Amino acid sequence: MATFIQLLVSGLATGAIYALIAVGFTLVWQTSQTINFAQGEFVMLPAFFVLAATNAGAPFWLATFIGIALSVLVLGILFKFIVVDPMLKYGVLPLVISTIALSLFLKEGVKDFYSSQAQPFPALVPAIDIHVFEAVISTQSLAVLAVAVITVVALNLLLNGTRVGRQMQATAQNVTLARILGVPVRRMVLYTFLINAVLVAIASILVSPIYLAKFTNGETLGMAAFIAAIIGGFNQVRGAVLGGVVLGVLDNLSAAYISSQYRGAFPLIILVAVILLRPQGLLGRVEERSV
Amino acid sequence: MFRVALFTPLVVAGISLTTPAFSQSTVYIPAILELSGAGAVSGTNFRDGMLLAIDEINAKGGILGRKIETPLLDTQSDAGTSRAQVQKVLDNKPYVILGPVFSGSVLVDMMLTQQAEVPEIVGGEAAAITQKGNPYVFRTSFGQQFSMPKIANYMRDGIKAKTVSVLWVNNDFGKGGRDNFIKEMGARDIKVVSDISTESGQADFSADVVKLKAANADAIFVYLNEEESARFLREARKQGINKPLIGETTLLGQKVIDLAGGAANGVRGHVGLTIDAPIPAVQEFAEKFKKRFNYACDHNGIKGYTAVYFIKHVTEKIGKFDSKAFAVAAHGITITPKDEPGILMEATWDKNGDIDRISFLGEVVDGKQKIVETLPKLGK
Amino acid sequence: MTRFGMLVFVVAVAAGVTGPFLLRPFGLYLISMWAVLTIAAIGLNLTLGYAGQVSLAQGAFVGIGAYTAALLTQAGCPFVIAFVAAGSLCFIIGWILGYPALRVQHHYLAFVTLAFTTLVFLVLRNEEWLTGGIYGINGIQRPNVFGWSTAKAINFYFFSFGVLAALAFATWWMLRSPWGRAFVALRENPIRAASLGVDTRRYTLMAFAIGSSLGGMSGALYAPLVQFIEPNSFSLGLSFSLLLMVIIGGSGYFFGPFVGTLIAVLLPEWLRVTEGYYLIVYAAAVMAMMAFCPAGLLGLIERSARALGGRRRPETTQALVGGADS
Repeated sequence: MATFIQLLVSGLATGAIYALIAVGFTLVWQTSQTINFAQGEFVMLPAFFVLAATNAGAPFWLATFIGIALSVLVLGILFKFIVVDPMLKYGVLPLVISTIALSLFLKEGVKDFYSSQAQPFPALVPAIDIHVFEAVISTQSLAVLAVAVITVVALNLLLNGTRVGRQMQATAQNVTLARILGVPVRRMVLYTFLINAVLVAIASILVSPIYLAKFTNGETLGMAAFIAAIIGGFNQVRGAVLGGVVLGVLDNLSAAYISSQYRGAFPLIILVAVILLRPQGLLGRVEERSV
Repeated sequence: MFRVALFTPLVVAGISLTTPAFSQSTVYIPAILELSGAGAVSGTNFRDGMLLAIDEINAKGGILGRKIETPLLDTQSDAGTSRAQVQKVLDNKPYVILGPVFSGSVLVDMMLTQQAEVPEIVGGEAAAITQKGNPYVFRTSFGQQFSMPKIANYMRDGIKAKTVSVLWVNNDFGKGGRDNFIKEMGARDIKVVSDISTESGQADFSADVVKLKAANADAIFVYLNEEESARFLREARKQGINKPLIGETTLLGQKVIDLAGGAANGVRGHVGLTIDAPIPAVQEFAEKFKKRFNYACDHNGIKGYTAVYFIKHVTEKIGKFDSKAFAVAAHGITITPKDEPGILMEATWDKNGDIDRISFLGEVVDGKQKIVETLPKLGK
Repeated sequence: MTRFGMLVFVVAVAAGVTGPFLLRPFGLYLISMWAVLTIAAIGLNLTLGYAGQVSLAQGAFVGIGAYTAALLTQAGCPFVIAFVAAGSLCFIIGWILGYPALRVQHHYLAFVTLAFTTLVFLVLRNEEWLTGGIYGINGIQRPNVFGWSTAKAINFYFFSFGVLAALAFATWWMLRSPWGRAFVALRENPIRAASLGVDTRRYTLMAFAIGSSLGGMSGALYAPLVQFIEPNSFSLGLSFSLLLMVIIGGSGYFFGPFVGTLIAVLLPEWLRVTEGYYLIVYAAAVMAMMAFCPAGLLGLIERSARALGGRRRPETTQALVGGADS
């Protein structure tokens, strides 16, 4: 029983990371039909911004701000205007290809211009181990969990409680109608990209002390984001969070109880099952087909 | 259709553009390495150690008066690409080839270099590489068939373990090590109670630590790559594993110690090639490397460095640039640091191209690797 | 086809047949790789360009074909049988995979095929008793086809070029048939096709299965070309590469895969001057191409030809042999 609780607790901690990344991914997909295959690399990159700033002499707290700011600039604004906008008129597929190429670009860029070696990353939260029931959890993991929860609550408040948020939702549900109703659609889409950039920057800074900053971090994290987003449901931010948590826990349980060689298979099987049987995900609403 | 026609002359041009011209004042020793993809870390380490040696030798006039010319070719960590690169360099008649590091790529390249009768100094550690009867393959690090018995002896005599758990990374490096290790355990009547595979790039080891705790073996053999070793050690410390953690070179390396922080203390194991060895020549090499490349190299860097000096020494011994004579002379040769300082530690090559060298047993104490015992060469 | 196009085609084929005599073993290896991968790209083009389905599974099918062929030939089976077996097995698996998977919308299919590819990789890696596991299968011999040995580089090139030509012709013939015209109708306007009584699901499934089968046949040639196969070669990376090849060449154009694969195989060589930064340059080039000309190179050429006032082909042949305007 002790082992089960430990697995559950660790799974929740990892799941919180996946959730944070999946939320931004979902938002961007909803509002602009952009399937960002580079989401994993988006989480990998801000840590390197921070490290570069630290190398240039900035104290850690300042480097963190610089990292978030650069992230918003590059992964939010530049990404939207240079990569996404020119391609929107061509449809989804060219954009998908472009984000695939972008993920390669970012990954190789970090490898060539920074380092191919893993870098230790200073922690915002000191790593102290806390014993909960019969399991151990690190304060860093608790911090990730807390931030994930706060982020989701804040996002929900934003989306449902503010005018801007409701305009963003309108854009996500039906762009044409929103435009007719006078919603500044392009600005709303930009806001989503900016929010995603902030989310991935936060995720990066929280995760890198645990995972170590390395140019290949994006691969597994990106895949986890896609799976979490689809399992949980695309149309709801809550869906992404649930998906992330489910994924984290499931991954741990299957690795421990079923097979370690096939541990990667179970999330994928669940993914396929969800897509075939309930494509809107666990919490999502059924999407209408547009003719 | 005409578009296809447009491209054909471009193909021919493109391919002929890839043939460089080599002068008589240089010797062509190309390097085929993993510079991108999954093997990028190993490949770039090997490359940098190699470049350091080449620059040192060239500064002193090269080998037998000819400077070393080493174009770098990237296998992209893919066997098919590696084969293409080998084919490309063979078309230009190299003297000796350096690399690759990935055992899969080595195996496929070996077929071609054997046919072309060109020696290849590789970084791969799989046992199979030197068991195929290829007289042209050599390496500058232990094959897994040599390092694993040393670990196994340590398990039996040093730790006195009766049961053991194995935690390994599921790539050809990890699987090869695990297979050899289990074989050695069987030969020593030590029971393997838990056999856990992990993925390359894995970040979350909680499930694996849980399983290891449940298995409760006398010792745990950990055979992972660098970052994964660090992440595992932290998780193991966190969940309070108290059985000895034993590793092979990587686990006790300074890099893992740096990344894992205090979690690495108490780790023990066998160390084949390490920049932490208590040998002045090795320390000096580590300093030079760090100064030039700004990071601490791993054992692949030493492999690359000593490989170049190996080539230099054998070539000077035979007095000419003859690939076949090289292979003949290299089998059975012993090189001491006195004759060739670049070789760092005395080494002997056997008839299969495997290296025999002293190695060490170490322990991580207070954030540093401490050598506890020096193991002699296997032969004499 | 226009007369000019015919002439150009003949020249291209002639170059493909005589050019290799000018090349050294490395060059021959590269163009053999081109021939082998083009077969897989043609298959993906059927699925993506003609049937409009985004598949990330083609790499896995190449892998299944390669392992099938390698295991059969190493067990003593003649190559021709192994080749047919690889193609048939992938056709069946493609059909089974496609049956449920094609019910979902496009972006979901990408994820399903992505999951499939990773699952295939895991099976290839873990089932050591069957596939040799992570160590792969080594020492695959070049086949003896009807008494003619393909062990020499140039022989193997002609062999793979011959297979490519045969399969390309078969695909072209299929696309010209009434069946093939239905494929094209699917892409242009699926709803109209459905209203005309075309069973869209059946045709899409068929396209997917045939495309997978071509992937399998490509794999059957890949194994003796490289003479070593391991699970890592057939993971998502290959699927993405094939996708890029089809898109860069021009998805939906019959000759798109030929051009796209040529670029993908040669680009690392051309970009060698960038000394190891070539992946970054490649990625940037792909992004730029997507921004300016997502119809691929053939689309770009067609656009510029039209802009320069070139000859216009009749619409029907255009739709069959060329590609749709995006």
